[in-house]
Amino acid sequence: MKFDRTARRKIWSLVVTVLTAACVVAILIPLGDIIYQAALLGGPVLSFSVLTSNLPQPCSVPVNGVPCQVGGIGPALEGTGLVVSLAALVSVPIGLAAAIFASEYRGRFLGSAISFTADVLTGVPSVIAGVFIYAYFVIYDPLIVFSVITGTLALSVIMIPIVTRTCEEALRTVPHSVREAALALGIPKWRTTLQIVVVAALPAILTGILLSVMRAAGEAAPLLFTLFGSRLGFQGFNNPMDALPLLIYNFAESPYQNWIHLAWAAALILIILVLVASVLSRLTIQRLVRRMRGE
Amino acid sequence: MVDGKMQVEHLSAFYGKSRAIEDISLGFPEKTVSAIIGPSGCGKSTLIRCLNRMHETLPRTRVEGRILLDGEDVLELDPIYVRRRVGMVFQRPNPFVTMSIYDNVSVSLRFNGHHSRQEMDAAVIRSLQQAALWDEVKDRVDAPAMSLSGGQQQRLCIARALAAEPEVLLMDEPCSALDPVATTKIESLVAELKNDYTVIIVTHNMQQAARVAELTAFLYLGKLVEVGLTEDMFERPKERLTEQYITGRFG
Repeated sequence: MKFDRTARRKIWSLVVTVLTAACVVAILIPLGDIIYQAALLGGPVLSFSVLTSNLPQPCSVPVNGVPCQVGGIGPALEGTGLVVSLAALVSVPIGLAAAIFASEYRGRFLGSAISFTADVLTGVPSVIAGVFIYAYFVIYDPLIVFSVITGTLALSVIMIPIVTRTCEEALRTVPHSVREAALALGIPKWRTTLQIVVVAALPAILTGILLSVMRAAGEAAPLLFTLFGSRLGFQGFNNPMDALPLLIYNFAESPYQNWIHLAWAAALILIILVLVASVLSRLTIQRLVRRMRGE
Repeated sequence: MVDGKMQVEHLSAFYGKSRAIEDISLGFPEKTVSAIIGPSGCGKSTLIRCLNRMHETLPRTRVEGRILLDGEDVLELDPIYVRRRVGMVFQRPNPFVTMSIYDNVSVSLRFNGHHSRQEMDAAVIRSLQQAALWDEVKDRVDAPAMSLSGGQQQRLCIARALAAEPEVLLMDEPCSALDPVATTKIESLVAELKNDYTVIIVTHNMQQAARVAELTAFLYLGKLVEVGLTEDMFERPKERLTEQYITGRFG
C-alpha cells in the first residue's frame, strides 16, 4: 500500500509524539518509584514527633514486651537546616560575586578562568569536596576536623560552583542593550550591574541559588569526613552534628528494624522538603517576575 | 564646518585590529539636526558611539583623534560625565523591562544624585511631553514599560534620555525597528527637539535624512565622503560616490 505524503507525515508525527511521551514516562518512573518506596517504608512511622524526637535505641524485636521505639530525626533535621543555611551564607555572596565578574568582564582572562573553574568544580565528585576539607583541617586544625565548620565548608565547595555557573548564565540572559541603555545615561558601571542587570536577572539568580541549596541538602558524601554525624543536636560550631543524608546513609545499612524504618522516614522527609521548597520558591519567583512585568 | 557644538578631528575607531572609521573630521553645529548616512557597515553607528564614548564599552576597541564638546576633548573627560551631557537613543527600543514608565524616565535622576519627588515628577512630565508621549501615558505612568507599543517604547527611550538634560542627543537609527506611523511621530519629534538640543541622527534611510536634517554627512567604507547642507547634498552632490548612493545605485 502506498501512502501519500500527508499520510506519511501524519504517521511520523504520531510515532515521534508517542516516543517523546514515552520518554516523559521514563523519567517520571524513577521519581514516582522513589517517592512510592519512601512513602511505603517510611510513611508508617511518620508523625510530627519524628521531626523533633531524638534518635532511638537500636531495636529489631520487642524486648520483654516493650515495643521498639520509633524515635525521631530531630538532630539530623536541625543539622541539615543549620549546615545548609550556613553554607548558603558562605557560597551565595562568593558565587554571585564571581558570576558578576565572569559575566560583566567577559573577555578578560580572570573572567574566563572563573567560568572554566566553576565548570570543572561542578564535575568534581562530591566526596572529594569532603576529603579536601578533611585533609586541610587534619593538617592545619585537627581539633575541629569533625565539626559544623568543616561540614559547612565542604557543602560550600559543592555550592559555590553551582551558584557561580547558574548566576553567570542568569546574568548573560540580560540583553546587552540593557547595559548599553544604562551606561549611555551616564549611570556608572557598578550601579548598572548591581541595580539594573542583577535586578533584571533576579528570578533566574534565585532559581540558581535554590538549585544549589537543594543539591547541598541532599549530599551525604561531603559530610562523611566533616560534619561526621552525631546522636546529639547542636553542641557548638566546633563539634560534629548529624544531617538527614548522613542519617539515611548510616541507618539504612544498620541491622536494626527501627533504624531502617527511620532512614526511610528521613528519606521521605528530605524528598518532601525539597519538593515543597522547590514548588514554593518557584511560585514566589513567578510572582516576582509577574510583578516586575506588571502583569 | 567649524566651531560646532561637537567637533570631530581626525577620528579613527578600531575593533581589535580592524579600523571601522578612518580619519574623520566633522563638526555638528549647535541646535541643529545633523544626519549621518551611508550603506550598512560604513561606520556611521561607530562614529556616533564614539561621541558619547560608548564605543569603548565593547571589548578590544580603541579610538584615535579628538572629539571636542564645547572645546573640551571628550576622550580626556570622565565618560560618565560625557554621557550625561551627550544622551543616546538606540536602534531598538530598550526600556528597562523590570521598571514602570515613570521609573524608566526618572532612572537617570534616581541613580545620579538626590532628587526630591517633586523634582522627579516635574522631570518625568517635562521629558514625556518633549518626547510627545505624555498624552498617551499620563493616566498610567506606573504601568510597566513593556505594556507600551514599540513606537511608544522608543519615545519612552527618548524621554528617558531627555530626562538627564543632555546638551546633545545621539540617535542611532531610531526608527529602524518601527512602523511608518511610529516613524513619522519620531521624525516630527526630532524636528521639535532641535530647538533645545543638538541632534545627531544616524539613518540608512535617505528620505529620512532629507526630511529631518539640516546637515548631512555621507560615510562610505569608514571614510567621510561628503558633508554639507542636506539640500545641497541631495540636489547637487559634489562627489560622484554621493550621487551614486543617493540615486540608489548601491548601498
